Amino acid sequence: MYEGIVQDLIDELGRLPGVGPKSAQRIAFHLLSADPVDVRRLAQVLVEVKERVRFCSVCGNVAEEETCRICRDPRRDPSVLCVVEESKDVVAIERTREFRGRYHVLGGAISPIEGIGPDELRIRELMTRLADGAVTEVILATDPNLEGEATATYLTRLLKPMGLRVTRLASGLPVGGDLEYADEVTLGRAFEGRRAVDD
Amino acid sequence: MGLYRDEAVVLRTQKLGEADRIVTLLSREHGRIRAVAKGVRRTTSRFGSRLEPFTHVDLQLAEGRSLDVITQAETLHPFGARVGADYERYTAGTVMLETAERLVVEDKEPALQQFLLLVGALRAMCEQDRPAGQVLDSFLLRSLAVAGWAPSFDGCARCGLEGPHRAFNPAQGGMLCATCRVPGSASPAFETVALLGALLAGDWDVVEASDVRHRREATGLVAAYLSWHLERGLKSIALVERV
Ligand SMILES: [Zn+2]
Ligand SMILES: [Zn+2]
Repeated sequence: MYEGIVQDLIDELGRLPGVGPKSAQRIAFHLLSADPVDVRRLAQVLVEVKERVRFCSVCGNVAEEETCRICRDPRRDPSVLCVVEESKDVVAIERTREFRGRYHVLGGAISPIEGIGPDELRIRELMTRLADGAVTEVILATDPNLEGEATATYLTRLLKPMGLRVTRLASGLPVGGDLEYADEVTLGRAFEGRRAVDD
Repeated sequence: MGLYRDEAVVLRTQKLGEADRIVTLLSREHGRIRAVAKGVRRTTSRFGSRLEPFTHVDLQLAEGRSLDVITQAETLHPFGARVGADYERYTAGTVMLETAERLVVEDKEPALQQFLLLVGALRAMCEQDRPAGQVLDSFLLRSLAVAGWAPSFDGCARCGLEGPHRAFNPAQGGMLCATCRVPGSASPAFETVALLGALLAGDWDVVEASDVRHRREATGLVAAYLSWHLERGLKSIALVERV
């Protein structure tokens, strides 16, 4: 245990995902010995990101305005919608330059053991978005792991009766991993080789 | 640092740091184990799907100071793949995993019967195509029985008088005769009581011949019995998809 504010800092850092007590301590002492200008800049960004960044009212991606850059871009194909779990998956797919449609960010995957069901995700928003018939293909790009697979299974059952073409990224993405870790080439190939889901 | 081998079913995985996971397992010889799987979230991981929930794996682990580390994993039954493609199985199966995790309280305390029940239930659901909802109900009753809370669906749970009886009360341990009956007991159909007995015994001929109405009623009573015995409710049970 350290005195007062140093311990407070370690406790706060320790609450971040993936940061254990040891890392929290290491980061805290790094900050203590860092240039005050750098630390001030970090603090400023933390405050600003919370003030300025919100979630796109259309797709759920992180945005600095009411809607995100991709939703505002008129060159993006409005007939193809790619469904992903998180904003960082949008970044990973954008890196491949393989996809010119739009996105829908669910905010996670269906995980009953964590108490996360369909109602906790942006699935109702997805259905509302599809209601006008402008989208003709939905690509399910959830993570290639059990929860991502089960979420895709659930969505397929919901979307198929609407007469949409529902596709899933081609296998070739190793099972068990996070989409964000797939390299551009593999992910690009998975997009190109996407296949219609037959239920 | 000691190495050991065991076979296990993956109950739960949690992200750890950049690319690792903490994997909670129910093993044949060491009961519940929490272990670190390094690098599994990277798409280059050699473990891949082998450490996804539901998978029955053969493992080698290295004893660590707080958590053990998984050093080898080979798939015995890829239940996860079959569960992920069927939403009803996924939601019912998840309740089984959460129940097993909850009922086996201590890490590294052998829980062979609970392990065998779980593998048996996953096989019944994924390999023998038994209805997911009824496999779940059967698993819950039998797990509670293994934990020492065997319900009585035949004789009276209090005085032992031979049935069939009319009243069901989770707090009293099952069916009650007319004399032992307490206020607040349910009065299920005879067919439902017979179905509950079959679910507990694993008599699938009777279970699969039952109709939807009695299955629903049995499910409700199993849930009541379960929640009486578990201190906190299960997160996954409200999300079970029932047909
Ligand atoms: Zn957007
Ligand atoms: Zn009695």
